[in-house]
Amino acid sequence: MADSNVFHLQVISPDRIFYEGDVTFLELNTTEGEIGILAGHIPLTSIVAPGILRITSQDEVKEAALHEGFIEILPDKVLILAESCEWPEEIDLNRAKEAQIRAERRLKSNDSNLNMARAELALHKALLRIEIGEHADK
Amino acid sequence: MASMRDIKRRKESISSTGQITKAMKLVSTVKLQRARGRAEETKPYFDYMYRAVTSMLAKSEKITHPYLTPGDSGKIGIILISSNRGLAGGYNSNIVKLVTQSGIPKEDIVIYAVGRKGKDSLVRQGYEVAEDYSEVMNEPMYQDAVTIGKRVLDDYARGGIREIYLGYTVFKNTVTHIPTLTKLLPVAREDFQVEEEASDSLTLMNYEPEAEEALDVIIPKYINSLIYGALVEALASENGARMQAMDSATSNAEDMISDLELKFNRARQGSITQELTEIVAGASAIE
Repeated sequence: MADSNVFHLQVISPDRIFYEGDVTFLELNTTEGEIGILAGHIPLTSIVAPGILRITSQDEVKEAALHEGFIEILPDKVLILAESCEWPEEIDLNRAKEAQIRAERRLKSNDSNLNMARAELALHKALLRIEIGEHADK
Repeated sequence: MASMRDIKRRKESISSTGQITKAMKLVSTVKLQRARGRAEETKPYFDYMYRAVTSMLAKSEKITHPYLTPGDSGKIGIILISSNRGLAGGYNSNIVKLVTQSGIPKEDIVIYAVGRKGKDSLVRQGYEVAEDYSEVMNEPMYQDAVTIGKRVLDDYARGGIREIYLGYTVFKNTVTHIPTLTKLLPVAREDFQVEEEASDSLTLMNYEPEAEEALDVIIPKYINSLIYGALVEALASENGARMQAMDSATSNAEDMISDLELKFNRARQGSITQELTEIVAGASAIE
């Protein structure tokens, strides 16, 4: 590759190829914390935690909501296999807010047979959608 | 010889059946196109998932994990994907045959059924069905695959089942559908390494979190993606099979109609001849 500052990024979800192209910088959340990736990163496999995916390519910065999946980093390419991933303009803010309220209510209800981890995940997803959706509206 | 009226009635009933099969064929053609489009969209995810898991297992030889080592107790779980509706030729019976002729004793099999037809037929033959996800088949979503995957992996982790198979119909093209039974768990490393291309990048992979933990998360995702891919492909195969079945039913109906047409004309001609003979005979009797 002529320009060693870029690396190839593929973000793939079950329904589509979400993003494919050469990028210079990538930021996302993993279960171990936030990481930023530049070209020439050491090989690393990690689990994606719900968070904002920030893609910096030559001329622009793009943001997307990334929910679940894992990432495989090689020196010249990065592969993200996401269970769901969406651009800000695809997010329905009202629905996300409803989901947030629903998840919060479930967490407060103290129901013994409630799946806490699941409710928390739902809340995380809703909050993330709201955050990135409002960001796009400004 | 049947009377003209009988033949006519028969012809009408066949032609209305023919209309129905023709309409069904058109419907399944449209559904097939949609299902095929979806199956193609899913392919990249599935392919990359497969490649990622392959290279991961190739690069980390020493990992031991329950998902990689066969359990010794419990039954064999089969996720069987058939259809909810019939009239699809041999589609459902072929998929059921996969189980009945697999050589695994009936008592050792637990079925996780997707699709009512397959489930009903196996229940009738005395197989144990642990769970029925038939409503999924109407419009499979990724979330459904996650639900099924979670249930099966839970059972696997608890030791209820020692192996998991996935039985579905591979959609090769519009006319070729191959029923297959593939092993999901335990993931056999030998199965993977055959495809490994010259192991070009034997760079050591780092894991964050630890490899075992990472596999804990990644293998279920891999299983889910396999299940999802199978669901989508089975849907395409189902519609393809139905399209073929309805196509041959329509052409059979046409054959029968043209046959009956001939018989009808012959009967009509016979009755005219008979009438003429009677008139002539009558006339000659007067003279």
